[in-house]
Amino acid sequence: MESDDDFMSVASSGDDFLDTQASDDESLGEDFGDDFDGGFSKDKDIVATSRKPYEVEFKVLSPDDIDRDQNQQINEVSSILSLPPESSAILLRYGRWNREKLIEGYMDHPEETLEEAGLGTNFEGTPKTEVIPGFVCDICCEDGDNLETYAMRCGHRFCVDCYRHYLAQKIRGEGEAARIECPGDGCNMIVDSKSLSLLVTPALKDRYYTLLQRTYVDDKENLKWCPAPNCEYAVDCSVKQRDLRRIVPTVQCNCKHHFCFGCTLNDHQPAPCQLVKMWLKKCEDDSETANWISANTKECPRCHSTIEKNGGCNHMTCRKCKHEFCWMCMGLWSEHGTSWYNCNRYEEKSGSEARTAQAKSRASLERYLHYYNRYANHEQSAKLDKDLYLKTEKKMTSLQSQSGLSWIEVQFLDTASQALQQCRQTLKWTYAFAYYLARNNLTEIFEDNQKDLELAVENLSEMFEKPVPELANLKVDILDKTAYCNKRRVILLSDTAENLKNGEWSFNVEW
Amino acid sequence: MGSKRIAKELAELTESPPEGITVELANESDIYQWKVYMDGPEGSPYHNGRFLVKLSLPTEYPFKPPSVSFGTKIYHPNVTNDDKGSMCLGMLRADEWKPSSKIAAVLEFARQLLVEPMPDDAVEGRIAEQYKNDRARYDEIAREWTRKYAMA
Repeated sequence: MESDDDFMSVASSGDDFLDTQASDDESLGEDFGDDFDGGFSKDKDIVATSRKPYEVEFKVLSPDDIDRDQNQQINEVSSILSLPPESSAILLRYGRWNREKLIEGYMDHPEETLEEAGLGTNFEGTPKTEVIPGFVCDICCEDGDNLETYAMRCGHRFCVDCYRHYLAQKIRGEGEAARIECPGDGCNMIVDSKSLSLLVTPALKDRYYTLLQRTYVDDKENLKWCPAPNCEYAVDCSVKQRDLRRIVPTVQCNCKHHFCFGCTLNDHQPAPCQLVKMWLKKCEDDSETANWISANTKECPRCHSTIEKNGGCNHMTCRKCKHEFCWMCMGLWSEHGTSWYNCNRYEEKSGSEARTAQAKSRASLERYLHYYNRYANHEQSAKLDKDLYLKTEKKMTSLQSQSGLSWIEVQFLDTASQALQQCRQTLKWTYAFAYYLARNNLTEIFEDNQKDLELAVENLSEMFEKPVPELANLKVDILDKTAYCNKRRVILLSDTAENLKNGEWSFNVEW
Repeated sequence: MGSKRIAKELAELTESPPEGITVELANESDIYQWKVYMDGPEGSPYHNGRFLVKLSLPTEYPFKPPSVSFGTKIYHPNVTNDDKGSMCLGMLRADEWKPSSKIAAVLEFARQLLVEPMPDDAVEGRIAEQYKNDRARYDEIAREWTRKYAMA
């Protein structure tokens, strides 16, 4: 941690953004540094261990950690306000876990705060079910002599069966937990965890606590669930929404998934979240298809069918309506007289405006396609890398038996394959980033870095696909190239992150 | 679980119905489908009209809310102007409904809505606009529709 801080203060001298961050970090807990280093351990032997300009501090939390944090806050508030823990929990959820604001509000207006939170002011007694003679349940209208009933402090009493059914429907049916109200018409008292425990099955109780944990993480700005399927970890990171213009906060979960803390999409460094969103929308949109159509096709002047000219002369015959026209001037072919293959009417046409529009559309399309093709290529290659990764394991096993190398000695293939994936991911997003980048004196350096990384990646990729018997001899070479790829990636990301942080990039879009 | 409750509510509503409301089962063998006749309240453009309101109870009733729709065409910001005549009431949303809420309250609320539409919570935006900005014209059309569709 100390070396990190030193690095930070050197790297960011005079910058208030990272200073704020550093002070936030201290409140995150003492085992922060360990988890953080753990997340990047595979880079450790290749690059320096100190934090890079494009890295952010974060901490991975297990479900138990989340529970512990939750309970700690509940107990703190409980002892400060002298309220039972289950009531403090409701209060904290009502105040979206903003402890200071909540305590302040409570101190100023205790009764109103309790009322609004759905608590009521009476905290006497332990909850228990009762049999009350002559009772008729207002929900099911049953009135049996031995009817077990329950009421919270609001006094709205219902039979235990109905209460249970109601809670089960809220928890299972609606996925609600934090704000389940009393079943009484118009009563806003929140069902507390003690009452709930008394009434529902253990399975439902587990579900209730899972849902509570979910709202806890959702409510806190510094927590996000890892989006990987079936992963139950959350990540704690102090980067705020407003910081996302200047930082791309990639984090790595304990499950190995790299994702952006800002938008929870897969790691998209160096492109900022907002540009990523625009880019993905653009790629998804049919607008580009429309653009292509407008640049490459024309409509038949008679029946308006869309026609793509795929070679040949200017004498067009519409397949649909058999109309004969000139591709250049769109005029009737019969008026072209004898200059059959050269439309001399084009130049004299007054439609220069239409022609400029077509040229403009074509230029913007070509620019987009330039970046898109490279983006898509790396995406495709990254997918192939995934297959490659599966093959790697087989390769490693056969390499062990063929060359007599130990398991540890063949790990270089795994390292290389991971480096490939990560670098391609980065390269992919450099193209989306570049699409929105306006030229200035820094873009050339960026493009050089991009080119260098691309070259390094293609070199390694090629080497990696060599047949198994050759791989053992290439070990040193592959290790070298892997290290080089990682180094180029660090250089590219550091450069882009520094410039982003300092507002040095200019973009050709508003975001 | 809900049949005893439904029977009780039906009995209560039949014996002492709220003002301007009569209730019966659409089909004697099915306690989940109700036919409700609602008289247009005095002071509203629906006055003198008699509206058929269909009340449908889910099998999970009373843990899930009933749904209400107009069987008679009506010109109203909170009722869809189609053959479904759906009505959107806040209290009938699954997350607002309480199992102890009563059908009588739903019907009274619906009838009150005829006196006082809720244009900010409308399903027919155009009618809501008119209700807010050109009340006279709204009254006129609502009265006309009442005459046309709600008077036998």
